[in-house]
Amino acid sequence: MQLLFYISSFIALLATVMVITRYQPIHALLYLVVSFLAVAMIFLSLGAPFVAVLEVIIYAGAIMVLFIFVVMMLNLDKETAAQERKWLTPKVWLGPSLLVLVLLGEMIVLLLKGNGSALPGTTVPPRAVALSLYGPYLIAVELAGFLLMAGIVGAAHIGQHKKKHLHRFLEEKSTIP
Amino acid sequence: MMPVHANTVLIVAAVLFLLGLVGVLTRKNILFMLLSIEIMLNAAGLAFVAAGSKWQQPDGQVMFLFILAMAAAEVSVALALVLQIYHQYKTLDVDALKELRDK
Amino acid sequence: MQQYLFLIPVLPLAGFLLLALAGKTMSKRAIAFTGTGSVCVAALIAILLCTDYLSGNSGNAVYIQSLWQWFQTAELAVGLTLRVDALSLVFIFIITFVGALIHVFASAYMRADRDYARFFACMNLFVASMLVLVMADNLVLLYLGWEGVGMCSYLLIGFWYETAANCRAANKAFIITRIGDTALIIGIFLLFRELGSLQIPAILDQAPQRFSSGSGAITTIALLLLAGGMGKSAQVPLQTWLPDAMAGPTPVSALIHAATMVTAGVYLIARMHTIFLLSPLAMTVTAAIGSITLIVAGCSAMVQTDIKRILAYSTISQIGYMFLALGVGAWSAAIFHFFTHAFFKALLFLAAGVVIEYLHHEQDIFRMGGLKKQLPLVYYCFLAGAGSLAAVPLISAGFYSKDAILWYAYSAAGGNAIFWIAGLVGAFITAFYSARLVVVVFWGDRKTPVGSPPGRTMTIPLVILAFLSITAGFIEWPHNLLNVHLFSEWLGTVLPATSLRGGHPPEFILQIVAVVITLSGICTGYYLYFRNTAVLAQWKSSRFPAAAREFFFSGWKFDALYNHLVVRPFLFLTGINKRDVFDRLSDGIVTFSKQFNRSLSFSQNGSLRWYVAGVLIGILFIITIQLIL
Repeated sequence: MQLLFYISSFIALLATVMVITRYQPIHALLYLVVSFLAVAMIFLSLGAPFVAVLEVIIYAGAIMVLFIFVVMMLNLDKETAAQERKWLTPKVWLGPSLLVLVLLGEMIVLLLKGNGSALPGTTVPPRAVALSLYGPYLIAVELAGFLLMAGIVGAAHIGQHKKKHLHRFLEEKSTIP
Repeated sequence: MMPVHANTVLIVAAVLFLLGLVGVLTRKNILFMLLSIEIMLNAAGLAFVAAGSKWQQPDGQVMFLFILAMAAAEVSVALALVLQIYHQYKTLDVDALKELRDK
Repeated sequence: MQQYLFLIPVLPLAGFLLLALAGKTMSKRAIAFTGTGSVCVAALIAILLCTDYLSGNSGNAVYIQSLWQWFQTAELAVGLTLRVDALSLVFIFIITFVGALIHVFASAYMRADRDYARFFACMNLFVASMLVLVMADNLVLLYLGWEGVGMCSYLLIGFWYETAANCRAANKAFIITRIGDTALIIGIFLLFRELGSLQIPAILDQAPQRFSSGSGAITTIALLLLAGGMGKSAQVPLQTWLPDAMAGPTPVSALIHAATMVTAGVYLIARMHTIFLLSPLAMTVTAAIGSITLIVAGCSAMVQTDIKRILAYSTISQIGYMFLALGVGAWSAAIFHFFTHAFFKALLFLAAGVVIEYLHHEQDIFRMGGLKKQLPLVYYCFLAGAGSLAAVPLISAGFYSKDAILWYAYSAAGGNAIFWIAGLVGAFITAFYSARLVVVVFWGDRKTPVGSPPGRTMTIPLVILAFLSITAGFIEWPHNLLNVHLFSEWLGTVLPATSLRGGHPPEFILQIVAVVITLSGICTGYYLYFRNTAVLAQWKSSRFPAAAREFFFSGWKFDALYNHLVVRPFLFLTGINKRDVFDRLSDGIVTFSKQFNRSLSFSQNGSLRWYVAGVLIGILFIITIQLIL
């Protein structure tokens, strides 16, 4: 289990680095899928099989597919890649990286200050998760349902192509060459 | 077999989160920014699961489920917005969208 | 009679209220009836009061009517109390009687003006304020009237406010008199601090016990009161506003700037005579200012060409005589000169008003002339007035009052030869310009087309005033001619008798000198302006007299002096302070928040990545703090 964790952590970090440095959107997406799969393996190694499965099915499966659809619909191809190459000069990376490194250092210091202990490595079964989810967290589940509903309605509303309604005077003006 | 230390998992989660943050800060393409946000959400979920694993409680996994639901809703709305933005501005450059600036 | 005292100021006040509130809806007839009627009834009551005073004379009669308590604090109680004694009565009589005549005259003179109601409202308010001033029982009430007449003077000088010059003249009058008023109020404060009372009788009673003669405190108070009087009465160096005040309508000049308001300073000093008697220095200063003023203003009057400005300078000069008399301790002579001066100066102004209107608003005397035939009645009235101004011996009122002043200037306890000579020079100048005025305006050839002659409403006041200008002097004769001293006896209950010093020549000699001087002044004027005008033309062409004329014409360059000394530095300071120094502080707050807003709105630039960076920096900040602490 330990080895599994280290290998998959390494893969996850590597894949994530690749995600944020790619020029082609589709490449980035595929690396992200790899990253998610690696994280799913981490979950497995931490003794959370149910969540690992969900990570693969929903994150790597459903959500990433949505992204791929959008990339396809917008036909993001070589032009986008060329533009990304132009935008992403080394100078752009400098500032954010420095800030984030400082933050990382501070977070590590904070983590090491606490008295962390070794993980027991035993599995928390899906049954316990289900009981908890539909027991104490019932209201939160319903709220999550509302959220998803709102997401669907919102996406449907925002995503529809509206016809442009212009005032007739403006239309007339626009027809004049 | 040495057990995994809890701090190690959390450091991995932190590094993942910060990589996503670097992505948000660096990329100008909205699509890439969304991808980076997904990375950050995932890293947060990893931290929850690790905590749940440490205390042998299901709550960490429950929180991950909520993050998952939230991410799904967010992605659907965000991608619809991306489509609209591309439609109206013919670009995905986030710096072109400055309608909210103070004039 | 005592219970009707309040009617005297209240009637004009009621007239003012009626005209001010309903004047726009009233016909001109009703306005004239209200405005004139209120003052006429007040005059009638004043005359009844005088007869009552004379018949029931118990030696020291004082009418007091307490209306109500105005305000009361721990130490200061100010009542709205009217107090009338012989001195007040003289002023009340002049204010209401001459005021009524001028109101009658004005009802015809101003008939074509579209602000008829406003004119009479202001005039009535003036009369009411002036009556409050002279009837006041305490100094606070006196100050109320004092400021009230100042305000009315301002309103009436700027009556034709559409001309910018009139507004400037009104401002000038208001601001310069304000200098004196400030001194006066400080003097009143000092009096209250020293004596703890502002009741006039109490002050007069307590002052001799409280102060030793010539002490610093009393001298300060007296000089401050004198400064107040100088401002209101246009004495050097605060005299420059009065010639400009002629911008107002002519009846205003007659009533306010000749007969009544400008003599408020004389009233104040006479009223406070005890305080002045305690301070020999203040007395000398008063006399010196009077003599300087009468010569300075007289010289300017000699060369003016505007008829109203001549009369204005002559008014300053005559008030200078009154101050001279007050300064040498000749109290009743000063008030007597005020009494006669009110008649003949009002007469001269009204007659000048008739002439000005007759010649279609021509004020330059050298474009007048030949009016003797056209306006014989006005000519004879004017002649009576001018004769009285010049103090033609025996047949004019001015002679009796001026002779008394000249006599006391030499022989009174505070008098000396210098004051006497100044008075004589002034007498010569006065006679000279009076003759010049009559000769140039009425004799010679006609130079300007004429309008319609004045109606009866305008001539009747002239005739009454002309009659009084001749006869008013007969109630007080020089000591060596007839033993008739009605006026000084009348005032004897209020004002102390004039003490004489030893070693003066007989009164007869001084009188002869004064008469000779006066007559020679008249003759000089007659000779230079009628007989032999070539001499004048020759003087005008030569350098020194022309320069002197220019100097006198500009009023001894006082305006230019103040312009350089006061106005320009003040404007310079206001220029610096235009962006108020103290506003800088609040402006600074505004600028700072604007700048801050600008820099903050720079952060609100719509860039999403910028906001994320902001969030990141915030997190860094919080975590760093947590690490450090």
